[in-house]
Amino acid sequence: MSRLAERFRNLQHQGRTALIPYVTAGDPEPGFTVPLMHAMVASGADVLELGVPFSDPIGDGPVIQQACERALRHGTGIRDVLGMVRRFREQDAETPVVLMGYMNPVEIMGYAAFAREALESGVDGALIVDMPPEEMAEVAEYLEGEGLDSIFLVAPTTTEERMQLICDKARGFVYYVSVKGVTGGDGGLDVEAVGGRVQRLRSMTGLPVGVGFGISDADMAARMGAVADAVIVGSALVRRIEANQGDAERARCEITTLVADMRRALDAGTVPA
Amino acid sequence: MSNTSEATRQPIDFASFPDARGHFGKYGGQFVPETLMAPLRELAEAYARYREDPEFVAEFQSDCKDFVGRPSPLYLAARWTRETGGARIYLKREDLNHTGAHKVNNTIGQALLAKRMGKTRVIAETGAGQHGVATATVAARLGLECVVYMGADDIQRQAPNVYRMRLLGAEVVPVTSGSRTLKDALNEAMRDWVAHVDDTFYIIGTVAGPHPYPMMVRDFQSIIGRETREQMLAVEGRLPDALVACVGGGSNAIGLFHPFLGDESVSLYGVEAGGHGIATGEHAAPLSAGRPGVLHGNRTYLMEDDNGQIIGTHSVSAGLDYPGVGPEHAWLKDINRAVYTSVTDDEAMKAFHALTRTEGIIPALETAHALAYAEKLARELGPDRCLVVNLSGRGDKDIQTVAEREGIEL
Repeated sequence: MSRLAERFRNLQHQGRTALIPYVTAGDPEPGFTVPLMHAMVASGADVLELGVPFSDPIGDGPVIQQACERALRHGTGIRDVLGMVRRFREQDAETPVVLMGYMNPVEIMGYAAFAREALESGVDGALIVDMPPEEMAEVAEYLEGEGLDSIFLVAPTTTEERMQLICDKARGFVYYVSVKGVTGGDGGLDVEAVGGRVQRLRSMTGLPVGVGFGISDADMAARMGAVADAVIVGSALVRRIEANQGDAERARCEITTLVADMRRALDAGTVPA
Repeated sequence: MSNTSEATRQPIDFASFPDARGHFGKYGGQFVPETLMAPLRELAEAYARYREDPEFVAEFQSDCKDFVGRPSPLYLAARWTRETGGARIYLKREDLNHTGAHKVNNTIGQALLAKRMGKTRVIAETGAGQHGVATATVAARLGLECVVYMGADDIQRQAPNVYRMRLLGAEVVPVTSGSRTLKDALNEAMRDWVAHVDDTFYIIGTVAGPHPYPMMVRDFQSIIGRETREQMLAVEGRLPDALVACVGGGSNAIGLFHPFLGDESVSLYGVEAGGHGIATGEHAAPLSAGRPGVLHGNRTYLMEDDNGQIIGTHSVSAGLDYPGVGPEHAWLKDINRAVYTSVTDDEAMKAFHALTRTEGIIPALETAHALAYAEKLARELGPDRCLVVNLSGRGDKDIQTVAEREGIEL
């Protein structure tokens, strides 16, 4: 059983919703990321999502774009990100780590090399934002060959037919995008509509369904957590790095506080099974 | 797809490309966030329906004639030919189109499609501002709300076009992320589209982006090549020996080339921006010096580093300052159907002056790249041959840039 599957199974037994924080690897500098990963786990993260910096992140809003630019100023590339996961694994063999990024860095590294080195580094899955299932055949072969989970987005615009296609190809969990838009939108989340779509997805797959994009505080995390198996929080955390440039300790502290608040709100809002 | 001489001897049915999912060999495709997959499908279906619809085709043709002023002339540059001392050089005068460049052929087609699809808002990216102006123009005419994304640095270098777009009622949004040029404007337009898919039509200005854009833009621009073919047969009684066009994203080049792809006797030359010279790394020539990757929804040749990050480009011409290129060009390069080469900023400037002085035509700096190569090629081919250069745009927008380079204050 994969680390992701095992983590979700345990959470389900406890009747808890998974909390998945996202940060861009190497933001604001390479040394910040691994200690932050441990700190987020200590504050209640169940799975970690690590962004692979890319120069042209078309699915991301300004907050994560700027995180990518900060990381790229130090030249953080895809192999550096794998190195961070490897160092994280020296102290944590339990918490699943998923990479989120774009196609081109993977393309340049080569699918076979990426899949092999990702597995060796302790990565559990990959979400490639600009790789819909129609274009993934070759990459997926290598990822699956190494036992890595391919995670896909489902959007508010996704048709029923495509939802089924995505569910058939997805591994690990299915990531439902709660808004039409890029990451980091403010407000306007329709919990009821999201809940309906999550239910529809659950009728198509046995995989857990996570919800992300625009979840900015503990209250919204709890409301989304009530209708999904996992909530994914990215821009709200990255904003703490942006707001505290030059004060790494304070950035880390504000991020872990927000993660802990969300953890408490999620646990308070869920009824044990 | 193989690039062996064995394969090129077999006739390729160029009209059958791309395949149903937008692939030209290994290039093209649809590499976009999931939110855009449904609108892209809606667009592909609408385009498939209307491209066969006699009413749509008739409206496109009548707009091209009465609003744009087509057919554009095919002009023998007699004095420049004499001074060059080689093949007869014909200019396909896209600079005489309404708005001053080939870009309007495509914006008319896409705006008519947007209207039929019930979209009330159009967005566009622009580099030199020509596509932005062409989009703002058709939006004004059809009563569509229009937002144009433009790199903050390009806004500085192309101020007259920015003002034109605003006069036409468009909102011009400066893009300050990344390299603050065309590629970043494209990123920002994509993000806008992701957030406004219900009412918004994204009018991409070149033969890049996800399927069906490379095909659709090519089809609208192919009017250039179809006219050229008829005009050449009328004046020369035969097809040209060579076609030359500049290549940024590659829409004016594919528009000229496409109707000739099956004619083996016609050599095709795409001219990229060599900037300060390929060896310096400061250029915008992915086909000449890049490698395949994925950007802006398609797989194609890119300027990128070893980590797969897109790197900064340089060209004196804002319209060529793009790190990618249309996927059909990538494929034509690999199968050796077209030759891609580059000329430097300095060579382009020289050709800019040469044409202006000998023919009384001020070309766009983008076009000047094609002219610089055409001069060399004309000499190589010799006097018995003839070639056509796509005079893709006029140079009024560039006089400030030219003056600054030459230390002249206007």
